[in-house]
Amino acid sequence: MTALSGIRVIELANERCALAGKLLADMGADVIVIEPLAGAVSRGYAPFAEDIPDPERSLHWWHYNTSKRGVALDWTVPEGRDALKMLIGGADLLLEAEDPGVLAAAGLGDATLSGAMERLIHVSITPFGPLGPRSMEQATDLTILASGGVTMACGYDDHDLPPIRPMGDHGYAMGEHFAVQAALTALIFREAGGEGQKIDVSLNAAANVTTELSSYNWLVAGITLQRQTGRHASPYISMPTQYRCKDGRYVNTGLPPRTGKQYELMLQWFRGHGFDKDFPETVFLEMGTKHPVLDLAKIGVDDEVTAIFSAAREALAYASSQMTAYEFFESAQKANIPVGIIYSPDEAFEDPHYKSRGFQVEMDQPQLGRKVRYLGAPYALPASPWQLSRVAPMLGEHTDEVLAAAGIDAEELRRSGAII
Amino acid sequence: MSALKGLRFCDFTGQLAGAAATKWMAAFGAEVIRIEDPTNNGAWDVLRNNPPFVDERRGTDLGGGFNNHNVGKLGITLNLKTARGREILEEIIAKSDVVTENFAAGVLERLGFGYDRLREIKPDIIYVSNCGFGHSGPYRDFKTWGPIVQALSGLTFNSGLPDMEPAGWGFSYMDHTGGHYMSMAILLALFHRMRTGEGQWVDMACCDTGLTLHGPALLDYTVNGRKARREGRPIGNRSEWPAMAPHGIYRALGEDQWIAIACRSDADWQALAAVIAEDWANAPQWATLDGRIAGQDELDQLMNAWCSARDKFAMHRQLQDAGLAAAAVLGARERIDEDPANDHFDMWPTVTHSAMGDVRVDGLPLRMSRTPQEISRGGPCIGEHTEQVLTGLLGMDIEAIAALREEGVI
Repeated sequence: MTALSGIRVIELANERCALAGKLLADMGADVIVIEPLAGAVSRGYAPFAEDIPDPERSLHWWHYNTSKRGVALDWTVPEGRDALKMLIGGADLLLEAEDPGVLAAAGLGDATLSGAMERLIHVSITPFGPLGPRSMEQATDLTILASGGVTMACGYDDHDLPPIRPMGDHGYAMGEHFAVQAALTALIFREAGGEGQKIDVSLNAAANVTTELSSYNWLVAGITLQRQTGRHASPYISMPTQYRCKDGRYVNTGLPPRTGKQYELMLQWFRGHGFDKDFPETVFLEMGTKHPVLDLAKIGVDDEVTAIFSAAREALAYASSQMTAYEFFESAQKANIPVGIIYSPDEAFEDPHYKSRGFQVEMDQPQLGRKVRYLGAPYALPASPWQLSRVAPMLGEHTDEVLAAAGIDAEELRRSGAII
Repeated sequence: MSALKGLRFCDFTGQLAGAAATKWMAAFGAEVIRIEDPTNNGAWDVLRNNPPFVDERRGTDLGGGFNNHNVGKLGITLNLKTARGREILEEIIAKSDVVTENFAAGVLERLGFGYDRLREIKPDIIYVSNCGFGHSGPYRDFKTWGPIVQALSGLTFNSGLPDMEPAGWGFSYMDHTGGHYMSMAILLALFHRMRTGEGQWVDMACCDTGLTLHGPALLDYTVNGRKARREGRPIGNRSEWPAMAPHGIYRALGEDQWIAIACRSDADWQALAAVIAEDWANAPQWATLDGRIAGQDELDQLMNAWCSARDKFAMHRQLQDAGLAAAAVLGARERIDEDPANDHFDMWPTVTHSAMGDVRVDGLPLRMSRTPQEISRGGPCIGEHTEQVLTGLLGMDIEAIAALREEGVI
C-alpha cells in the first residue's frame, strides 16, 4: 500500500505548485492536474525532448507531473466551473497557486469551497499570501529569492559581482515543501476525526525562513552577514573552502580539523600520499596533533593556533591541486576527512552512490517509444513506497475518464466549450 | 486545536538538518523529547554553544541557532553508556510514536538502538534517520554536512556566473530542505500507520533528496544527452527555462544595492521600455524575445547602467506599478524589520527561553485555518525537562531521579 493511496487531489496546473502535486502523486495520491484547454503554460518551457518544441515534449512538464492524471478543462466559463466544483467536491485536497482573487472571481472563493465542503483541505500557494500590501505584486522565482533574502547570501567575495540566484526554481520549491508538510499535517488531523481546512502558504515568507544564519543572526544579535564565494555568508571574511583540483573540477573542503585526533588523521592521509615532502608547513600539522582541541577563538590572536589552523587549510588546498576532484573526495573521505566533490547534476546521477540506491528509475516514454531514466526517490518509505506510477499526462489524456467517474456528462460539457 | 497533539517523538536530531523536522512537529502540538548526552553537555549539537548570542554570555544554553531550531521541544539528558540510561531510553521509546535522528550512518545502531531493536521495544515504531548518504551504498561511512551535500547533489555547481568558480549557496540549503523532506517522510509514515497500524524505518540520504531538485536539467541529460558542465554554464541570474530576458540582478544606487527584474514577455518588455523611457529601449532589436536573448550581454549592460543611477525601492515601486515582476534585493534588516509583506504571517515569533529571555525566531511561512502552529517556548536548556519527563511520562519519584543524577545517568 502506498502512503497516500485513496487520497484524491485536484491540482490547478501552475508552475508554483507542480512540485507539491508531484510529491503527493509519487507517494500514491490520485492527483488530477487541471489544465486550460490550450495546455499548462509550463508545457511551453524548454528543454524539450530531442529539442523539438512541442507541448508533449517539455521536459519541465515531464518532470513536475509524474504520477498525475490530466484533465483539460476551462473553469473560467460557468459550465467548466461547475464541473470543477464537482471534482473538488469529490476530492480530499485542492492544490492551487492562483493569484489572490482569481478563484473568487471565477466563483470558487473560500466561502463557496469551505462552505460546501467541510472535509476539503485547500492549499493555496501565492507569492505573498492572500492579504497584505504586497499581495498583488508580480513575482517570479528570481524576485522571490531576491526579496526573501536568499540571493543576498549567495554570490562571490567580490561584491562588484551581483548576488546570485541558484538555478532550479528553488524559490518555488521552498514554499512547496512547506505546503506539502502542511497538507500532510492537515490530512493526519482529518484522519484523526478533524475537519478540513484552508492553508495559505507565502513563497516570500518561505524564502525568508530558508536562509539559515542570515535570519537568526539578525533576529538574535542584529548582525548582517556578507556573501562569500562558495561558502557560508558570514559577519567576517572567512577562509576559502572551495578548491580547484588537478582536473579543473572543484571540491568543497568544509571545516578544517579542530581536534588533535583530526590532525592525526589528516597527517596520516597527507603523508600516505607523499604530500608532506613538498609542503614545509607539515610541521604545523604535527603541532596540531598535540592540541586536544584547537580553540578557534584564538585564531588571529595566538600565533601557534593561527599557524596550525592555516596550515590545515593550506594542506587541503595543496592536496587538492595534486589530485583529481574524485580522487581527493574519495581518499579524504576514506581517511575520515569530510569533504565533497562539486558535481554537476548529471555527474551526480551517474555516481556509484546514486546507482546503488536505485536512484535511476526507468519509465516507458510513449512520445519517444523508448525508456527514459528519471530521478528517484527523495526518501525511501519501505512499507509505503515512493513510486512513479505513470509518466506525465498528455493534454486532456484523462478528461473523459475523470469526468465519467464523477458523473459529469462530458458531451454536454463539450458542447459548452468547457472541454474539447 | 493542534493537528499533531498526542504524538510523541523520541528525538536525537540536532543542528538544522534534523532539528528542522521536529521543529515542525512541535509547532503543531507533538511532544518532542530531545535526548542529549550529559557527559559532554549535549555538545554533539555544535549549535548549542555557537554564535549568534543575545549578549556577552557564552555557554551550552546560549546558542542562538540552537534555540531557533528547537523551539517548543523538551530536553532531557541521558547517559546511554550506562545500563540504567539505556533502560530509561527503552521506556521512553516504548511510549513514543517516532524516533528521529540525523547522526552519521550507524551511530544509533552502535548505541544499541538500531531499527530491529527499536521494533522489539515498540512494534509499530516509526524510525526516521537522515544522513548524507543513507545506510547503504559505497559511501555509507562517509561524513557530510550541508555544504558537502550541496556539492555532491549538483546544487553548488548550479549556482554561479558563467565560466567562473561556483558561487554555491551562502548557507546550508540542504539542512533546511533535508529537514523538510525528513518532516514529510515522518508525516507520510504517520499517516500510513494510522491507516494500517504498520511502522517503518525511513533511511533518508540527504544527497538523494538534493539531487531530486534538478528535474528538467537531469532529463535534458537522460533524454537529450546534454551535460551541464559545458561552456557558458551555469547561467548566473539569467533564465533559460522559461526563457526570459532581461532577467537578472542589476546594480542599484548605493553600495551593494541591487534590484531583481524578470521580463516575462514581449508585453513586459514594452512596459519596461516605457518606464526606462530612453532611446535605446525603443530599438526594434529588443522588441522580441529572440532579439533580447541574442543581445543579452549588451542588454544586461544597458540595464545595469539604467538601474545603477536609481534607488532600488523607487525602481521596485515604479516597475511593479507598470505590471512587471521586479523586487529590491533585500538584506536581513530590510526584509525582517521593514518589509510589511510578511505581516499577515507570524513570521518572526518571540519565544521565551529559560536562559536567553525573549528572542525572536524563524516562524513558519503559512497559516492553517483550523490547526495553526504555535511557537512560543524557547529551545530547551541542557536537561531542562529531565525531571518533568521522568516523573510525568515514566512515573519516577524525586528520590529515584536524585539517585540517577548521583550515578551520572542524567
